[in-house]
Amino acid sequence: MLLKISWKNILDKKLNSFLCILLMTLGIAIISLLLLLGKQLQDKFTKNISGIDMVIGAKGSPLQLILSSVYQIDNPTGNVYLSDIQEIAQNPLVKEMIPLSMGDNYLGYRIVGTNKKYLEHFKANIETGILFKKDLDVILGAQVALNTDLKIGDSFASAHGLDAAGEVHDHTKYKVVGILAFNNSVIDNLVLTSLSSIWNIHEHNEEMENSEDKVAEHPENEEDVDMDKREITSALIKFRSPMGLMSMPRNINQNSKLQAALPSIEVNRLFELLGIGVDGLQILAAVIMLISGISVFVSLYNSLKERKYEMALMLSMGASRTRLFLMLLLEGVLLALFGFMAGIVLSRIGIILISNQISKKFHFDVSQMSIQTGEIYLFAGALAIGILAAALPSINIYKLNISRTLAEE
Amino acid sequence: MLTVSNLAFSYKSQRKFSFPSFSCAQGDALLILGNSGTGKTTLLHLLALLLQPESGSIQINNQEFAKLQPKAATKMRASHLGIIYQKSHFVSSLSVLENLILANYLAEKPLSKEQAVRLAKSLGFYELLDKKTTLLSGGEQQRVSIARALMNNPDVILADEPTSNLDDENCDKVINLLENQSKSIGAALVIVTHDQRLKDKFSNKIILS
Repeated sequence: MLLKISWKNILDKKLNSFLCILLMTLGIAIISLLLLLGKQLQDKFTKNISGIDMVIGAKGSPLQLILSSVYQIDNPTGNVYLSDIQEIAQNPLVKEMIPLSMGDNYLGYRIVGTNKKYLEHFKANIETGILFKKDLDVILGAQVALNTDLKIGDSFASAHGLDAAGEVHDHTKYKVVGILAFNNSVIDNLVLTSLSSIWNIHEHNEEMENSEDKVAEHPENEEDVDMDKREITSALIKFRSPMGLMSMPRNINQNSKLQAALPSIEVNRLFELLGIGVDGLQILAAVIMLISGISVFVSLYNSLKERKYEMALMLSMGASRTRLFLMLLLEGVLLALFGFMAGIVLSRIGIILISNQISKKFHFDVSQMSIQTGEIYLFAGALAIGILAAALPSINIYKLNISRTLAEE
Repeated sequence: MLTVSNLAFSYKSQRKFSFPSFSCAQGDALLILGNSGTGKTTLLHLLALLLQPESGSIQINNQEFAKLQPKAATKMRASHLGIIYQKSHFVSSLSVLENLILANYLAEKPLSKEQAVRLAKSLGFYELLDKKTTLLSGGEQQRVSIARALMNNPDVILADEPTSNLDDENCDKVINLLENQSKSIGAALVIVTHDQRLKDKFSNKIILS
C-alpha cells in the first residue's frame, strides 16, 4: 500500500517526475557510457601492449613511436637501419625482436612489413589462405577484409604514405594470399606483408626516379649498400628478464642514433592525458545527477507543502510518522531507480550507436555490455542521491503539528 | 458510551478553555453548539485525541483516553474514533475507493472492499468509487469523508461543522445520514457546529460560550 501510494504520487505529477528521471537518466548514461568506453579503450590498449617491453625506432617523441609502432595510429618517427637494430638484438637480454616497416597504405589501411613473429605475438590465426611467402604476398586483417571486400587471389596497388590520398604505386601490385581471423587487436586493421615486399616496392620506385633523373652515382655496388643499409621503421622488443628494462633503454637513448621507448610508461602518460577529459565529463555527469537530486528535492518539497493536510490526515488516521517518512523516501528512491535503469539502457544504446559509427576502424566487443563494477557504485550513488533528496524535505513530517494543520483552512 | 468530564486546555498564547462535562450513549447523538472563538475545534481535537487536555477525563466504554501518550492515542483514535473534518481532505493521488480502504490500512485492520462498497451504496456515491477525489463536488466529498469515518466501525463519530457549507435541504440530508449511519453501527455521534439550524434537531446538546 505504501509502495502503491508512492507510485500513485509519482504518476500524479507526471511532468515533475519525468524531469527528475530525465536528469538522473542523463547523468547515469554519461557516466556509464564513459565507463564502458574507458574499459573498451583500456582493454584494447593493454591487449596490444601485452608482451611488448620496448620499442626501438628513430629519434623523436617516444609517445609517437609507441602510438605508431604498437597502436598503428600516429605517423612513424622516421626510418632506421635494420643492421643497427640487429646489433641491439644481439644483446643477451633480448628475447625477441620483431621488425616493422611501414609507409604505404591501401584505402587508409596500413601495409606493414614484418615477419611471422608479429602474428605469433598477437596469437593471430589465419582464417583462410596461407601466410605470405613470396614478395608482394599480403595477408589481411579481419576488419580490412570485411571493409574492403578483398578476397584471396585479388590484387591491389598500394598508395604511398599513411592516408588514402597518397601517390599510388600502380606499377607493382600486392596479391592477397590469406585473411586473418578476428583478433580484437590492432592487427585487425592492418595489411601484413614481408619486409622485403616493402623494400622491393620502394627500390623499384627509386630506380624509376633515378632513371628519370639520369643520376646513378654508385650503380656498381648498389646491391652491397642495400644489404647493409636496409631500412625499417621500428622494432618491437621482448626481454628475457626485467633486467633489460633497467639498462637497455637508457643505453640506447644515450649512446646511439636510435630511440628506445617503453610502452607501459608512454601509455600511462597517454591515459593520464585522456584522463583529464574523462574526469571533466564525469564531473559534468555527476553535476547532472546532483541537479536531478535537487529537482527531486524541490519537487517533493513543493508537493509536501501542498500535501501537508494530507499528511496530517494520514497521521490522524493512524499512520506513524516513520511510516509516512518511508513512503516519501520511497518516492525519491523510485525516481532514482527509474533514472538509473533508463540511464543504463541509454548508455548501452549509445555504445551500439557509437560502435556502428566507428566500427570500420574499431571492432567492438559486445560481450562487455554487461554491468560494470563501476556501475554498481553508480547505482549506490543514484540511490543515495534519491534518498537524500527525499529525506531532506520529508524530515518535516516529524515536526508536523497534526492538530494545528487540521484546524487550518 | 462516551463520557467527558471537566476537560481543560490552554494554548501557549495563554488562551484557557474549560469545558462542561457531558456524556453520549451508544447510538445517540450530541450537538455541541458554539460561536467561533468558544473553543469548538479545540474541544473536538481534544475528543479526537489530537490534543492532550491539561486536566479532566475522556472515557469511551469506560476506558480512559485522556492521558494516553501520542503513539497510543494514534492507535486508539484509528480504531475507536471516526472523524469528519470541517474541510474534506483526501490523499489526492488515490481514488475514492483507495481513500476509503486507506482508513483500514492505516488503522492496521483487514482491508475491506466490501465495507467500502456497502457504504458507497448507502451514501449514494457508488458510481464515483474509481474517480479521483479532486474531481468530486463539495457535497460528494463530504459524503465520502463520512464513509471514511465509518470504515473501521468506530465507537464514536466526531463531526466538525458538517453542515456549514450546505443549503437547508442538504443540511437535513447530511444530518439524517450521520444519525442513521451512527445508529446502524451503534456509535455515539458528536457534532460540533455553530450552525443554528441544527439547534432544534437534537435533544441532547451543549452550548459553549
